[in-house]
Amino acid sequence: MSQIKEITIGDVAKRSADGEEFSGETMALNIGPSHPTTHGVLRLMMELDGDVIKSARPVVGYLHRGDEKIAENMTYNQFVPYTDRLDYLAPLANNVAYAIAVEKLAQLEVPERCQAIRVLCCELARISSHLLGVGVYGMDAGAWTVFMYTFTQREKLYTLFEELTGARFTTSYTRIGGVARDIPDGWLGRVSDFCDQVLPVLDEVDKLLTRNRIFMDRTEGVGTISKEKALAYGMTGPNLRASGVDLDLRKDRPYSGYERYDFDVPIGTRGDCYDRYLIRGEEIRQSVRIVRQVIDQFPDGAYYAEDAKKIFAPQKAKILTSMEELIQNFMIVTEGPRMPEGEVYFEAENPKGALGFFIVSKGGGVPYRLKIRGPSFCNLSILDDLLPGHYLTDVTVILGSLDFVMGECDR
Amino acid sequence: MDWFTAYMLPVIYAVTMIVVVMSIAGYSVLAERKVSGWIQHRTGPNRTALPIIGAIPVLGPFLTRLGLFQPLADGLKFLFKEDITPGHVRRGYFIAAPIIAIVPALTTMVVLPFGQYTDAEGVVHPLVLANIDIGILFILAVSSLGVYGIVLAGWSANSKYPFLGGIRSSAQMVSYELAMGLSILPVFMWAAVPEPGNLNGLSLFGVVQVQQGFWLAMWQPVSALIFLVAVFAETNRLPFDMAESETDLVGGFHTEYGSFKFGLFFVAEYAHIVIGSAVFVVLFLGGWNFLPFIPAPWPDGMVGAVMSVLWFLLKIFFFIFFFIWVRWTLPRFRYDQVMTLGWKVLLPLAVANLIFNTLLIALRDTL
Repeated sequence: MSQIKEITIGDVAKRSADGEEFSGETMALNIGPSHPTTHGVLRLMMELDGDVIKSARPVVGYLHRGDEKIAENMTYNQFVPYTDRLDYLAPLANNVAYAIAVEKLAQLEVPERCQAIRVLCCELARISSHLLGVGVYGMDAGAWTVFMYTFTQREKLYTLFEELTGARFTTSYTRIGGVARDIPDGWLGRVSDFCDQVLPVLDEVDKLLTRNRIFMDRTEGVGTISKEKALAYGMTGPNLRASGVDLDLRKDRPYSGYERYDFDVPIGTRGDCYDRYLIRGEEIRQSVRIVRQVIDQFPDGAYYAEDAKKIFAPQKAKILTSMEELIQNFMIVTEGPRMPEGEVYFEAENPKGALGFFIVSKGGGVPYRLKIRGPSFCNLSILDDLLPGHYLTDVTVILGSLDFVMGECDR
Repeated sequence: MDWFTAYMLPVIYAVTMIVVVMSIAGYSVLAERKVSGWIQHRTGPNRTALPIIGAIPVLGPFLTRLGLFQPLADGLKFLFKEDITPGHVRRGYFIAAPIIAIVPALTTMVVLPFGQYTDAEGVVHPLVLANIDIGILFILAVSSLGVYGIVLAGWSANSKYPFLGGIRSSAQMVSYELAMGLSILPVFMWAAVPEPGNLNGLSLFGVVQVQQGFWLAMWQPVSALIFLVAVFAETNRLPFDMAESETDLVGGFHTEYGSFKFGLFFVAEYAHIVIGSAVFVVLFLGGWNFLPFIPAPWPDGMVGAVMSVLWFLLKIFFFIFFFIWVRWTLPRFRYDQVMTLGWKVLLPLAVANLIFNTLLIALRDTL
C-alpha cells in the first residue's frame, strides 16, 4: 500500500453512468506470519469483500526445521529432545508417543510402573495443552481473564513437570525402554492436589464463557465442520470429535495401559466452534479422572524395561562398578540402542490429535527414515475450505478453536 | 480587577478542569491495570517509585505497591519515545488525527456541571465552566466529533488493519449515536417542567436539580440501560472495541501510531470514559445529590459545595470501575453483531421507550 490511489467523485459517477455493476473491490489481506491471532507463524493470504472473507489460503512452513531429516543423523535416544519441539505445548505426550513407537519397533514391553508414569505424563500434558487451548480461545474472543485463570493453573502444572523431569518446558523425559528417572518422593500427592485445584478453575471458566451470550453468539454456528469434511481432511483429536466422530485412540487402540482406566470420550453434535470449546473443557475433566485413577492404582516395580540390555542404558551406579554395564553403556551412548530391521507406524492420541511416527529401520542405532504425522498440519488443511464466507473477526475464533501448534505443523 | 474576573478567572478554571480530568484519565489507566490485575489474580504495577517519595518509611513503599507513580512513568515513556511517522502515511491527516481525537473529549467537559454552591440567601449556583441551557445538545454534538479522529487515523495511515478499524468504528459510532440520542429524550421530557419562560429544558444542571428526591435511573431504567450500552460503544470499550479489536486487527486504527501520538489516542479514550461516566451520573444517578429519598447530610455553603463535588467524583469513580470490570469480564462482539444490536435492538427499544413516555406525559398533562 505504498501507493495512494486517488478516487474522485467523477470516476464513480462515470462508472455508474456506464451502467457498470457497482460491486466493491476486493482487498487482499495478509494475516501473519507474525500476527496475534495466528499463535505462532501461520500465514493466511485472504481476499476480503468488505469484512467478509472470499478466499483464504494458509501458508505454512515458517517454522520448518527439518526434524525428520535430523532424525536420520542421530540415535533413537538423541531424537527425544527434538520431539519436545513438535507440539511444544505438550512435550511430555510427544516424548511418550515417540518412545512407544520405537519400542514397538524393538518389540519391547515396558513394565506397568513405567506405563503408569507415561499415562500420567500424557494426561497431565493434555490438561496443560487444553488449559492453554481454552484460555487462548477465550482471549481470541476477547475474554482475557479466562486466559489468565487457565494460564495460572498451567504454571502449577509446569512446576510439577519440573520436579519430574528437571525442565519446565522441554521435558525430554522418556527413553527408549523406559523413562529418564523415577517419580520424585511425594510427587503423586502434589499431582493429586493439583487435580483438586484445577476443577474449580474449570467451573469458573464455565461461568465466564459457557453460557455467556456474547461468547455463544461468537462461536455457535461459526466454523461448522461436517462429519464427512472432518474425515475427508484427516482431522483428528478434539476437532474431529467435535464434529461427531467417535475416534479416540486411547479407547480404540489402547496403548501404554489405557485400557485399565475408566473414562468417557466427549463427542460433539454440530462441529462448530462452540462444540470444540465444550469438548476441550470436558476432556480436561476426563483427564483429571484418569490421573486420579492412575494415582490410586500406582504400580510398584521398575520404571524401565530391565530385560532390554541393549536398548536402555544401565544405572549409573552399576556403570561405575561393573565392567559389563560399562561396555553396555558405552555401546548405547556411541552407537545407539540396538534395533531390529523393519518398519513400524504408531499413532498416539495427543492433545491436538493423532501424532504418528513412521520409522524405517535398517538395524543399528539410527533410524533410516522417520516420518512424523503432525495432527496440527492436517487440522489446518481445512482452513481454505472453512474460512470463506465468514467475517474477518471470525478468523480469530476459528483459529483459536482449531487449537493448533505451528511447531508440530511445520516440523 | 474587572478584567481579571472577566478573562483570567475562566482561564484558570478551565486549566484546573483540564488538569483534573487529565489526571483522572491518567489514573484510570492505572486503575485499569490494577483492577485487571486483581480480577486476574495478579498484582498489577507495583514497582515504579519516585526516589524521594518512595524513600518515606511507611507511606512510600505503600504508595509504590499501589502503583501510584506508574502513570508518571507511562506518560514520560510516551513523551520520550522516538516519534516515528511511517513513510506511507498521509502526513497532515496522520498528525491531525490524534489532536482531533482528544479535543472533543476535553471540550465536552466545559458544560459539565460537577457540583453546586448554595449561598447564604439559599440561591443555588451551579459549579460549571459554562452553564449553557442546551448542555446535553452540546455534549452530543461535540463528543460525536471524536469519531473523526479515529476515522482519520484509520484512513491516513494508508495501511489495511487501521483502515478496517477506521471503517468499523465510524459505522459503529454513527449507529449508536442514534440510540443514545433517543434514549436521552424521555429523560428531558420528564425533567423539563413546561413553564412559560423556562428555557433550561436541556440544561444538565436542571436535570440534576430535578433528581433531588429520586434518581432518574429508577424512573427511566430503559433509557439508562440504552444510554449505558451506547456509552460503551461510543468509548470503544470492550465488548464494543471494534476499532481496536487487537486479536484480529492488531491495534486497529492506531496500529501505525507510536510514542506521543499514540499516547494522545490513549488519553482520549480514557478522557471519553471519564466524560461518559460523568454524563451518565448527571443524567441518571442524581449527579451530586446524596442518595435517593435521603437529603444530603452535609450543610450548605462552602462545605456543601466541596462535598457535592467529592460525592460526584465518587460516583464517577464507581463508573470507571464498572467500565474496567466489564472489560475484563466479557468477550468481544463481532462487528455485524454490534450493528445488529445497535440497529435492531437498541434503536427500536429507544423509539418504543420514547413513544411510551410521550403517551405517559400526554396522559399526565390531560389529567
